[in-house]
Amino acid sequence: MSFAQPHPRFSVLSASSLSSAEHLSPAASSARFSLPSAPSINTTLNTPKPGLRPNIYDRNLNKTRTAEVSASAFTFLFSEVVQYTQKRVTGISDLERRLNTLGYRVGTRSLELITWRAESSSKNPKREIRFLPALMFIHTQVWRATFGKPADAIEKSVENADEYMIIDNDPPLTRHVSVPKDMSQLSCSSFTAGIVEAVLDGLGFPARVTAHNTPLENFPNRTTILIKLEKSVLEREEALKA
Amino acid sequence: MAIFGLWVINKAGGLVYERNFGDGLPRLTSNEYLVLAGTLHGIHAITSRLSPIGPSSGAQVIEGETFKMTILLTATGTKFVLLTSLAESTADVVLQKVYEVYADAVMKNPFHTPEMPIRSEGFDRRITALLG
Repeated sequence: MSFAQPHPRFSVLSASSLSSAEHLSPAASSARFSLPSAPSINTTLNTPKPGLRPNIYDRNLNKTRTAEVSASAFTFLFSEVVQYTQKRVTGISDLERRLNTLGYRVGTRSLELITWRAESSSKNPKREIRFLPALMFIHTQVWRATFGKPADAIEKSVENADEYMIIDNDPPLTRHVSVPKDMSQLSCSSFTAGIVEAVLDGLGFPARVTAHNTPLENFPNRTTILIKLEKSVLEREEALKA
Repeated sequence: MAIFGLWVINKAGGLVYERNFGDGLPRLTSNEYLVLAGTLHGIHAITSRLSPIGPSSGAQVIEGETFKMTILLTATGTKFVLLTSLAESTADVVLQKVYEVYADAVMKNPFHTPEMPIRSEGFDRRITALLG
């Protein structure tokens, strides 16, 4: 059973979250938000003190409208992420792998949050156990929660039975990325592929997910997220069918 | 009503983007464009100190007999220059849109180095869509 051994990604996750836990110790964070020792004369009564701002972890998880992030700000952050990563890799495939790993960390959290929200809002919450409904869930719900719109198409590979594709005609994340000619193989949507891989893993469909540029005349940024399922998933699907 | 060309000049006076739009306009050599951009940068610096009543942002429009040059100076010192016919009245609006495209397609592109020449397919594409 492939679930028995821990996924290689989780070792990366736990190691990094351990080290980041050190940085975010309560002492450090309280020092960061503490008020200056001398009371400022200019402080008016109405301005909230920075130390009293509600913690992000105390916010209501079910309020989705106020939880949106500026697309512009996020694109700048993503641009920095790519530049930072690019300085620390040896090649395009290495860069894509690292972006995938970063996306994976987002995906695990997204799945948890989406499931939580679905559980509290719908009358009969459901966990997808068959692959095609799970793919639909990613295409619609995950995309909407992450990018604010559903993806544009789902396709099944004609040649390989274990390959499926999610297609986005204009992915918001990489809308402004222009890859130079000498790196034309690179797709920064590897980050999105990581999100998809994490969601599939979380739902119990281990797969290898990659991103590819498939531009069309009127959609120059069109991107295909290619899902290559593990054999165990296909075998289970076959068994469930009977 | 015609747009002849667009220049983007970085804060040091270097030409980072240049494009012609009118058909059949004679091209200058790339070196001549660089010299022109550098000269304009200098003129602009002088005009910003000419105002008799305090600080000024410098020249905004320079007109000749056959063309008009509209200059948009951004907060970071980048200059957008649009060369148009004299009758063109919407040059400043167009420049604002070019600035917006620049902010999206150049500044948000992880493969762009600030202050260096702009080589971005997305920027080219969107400028073409905007100015034709």
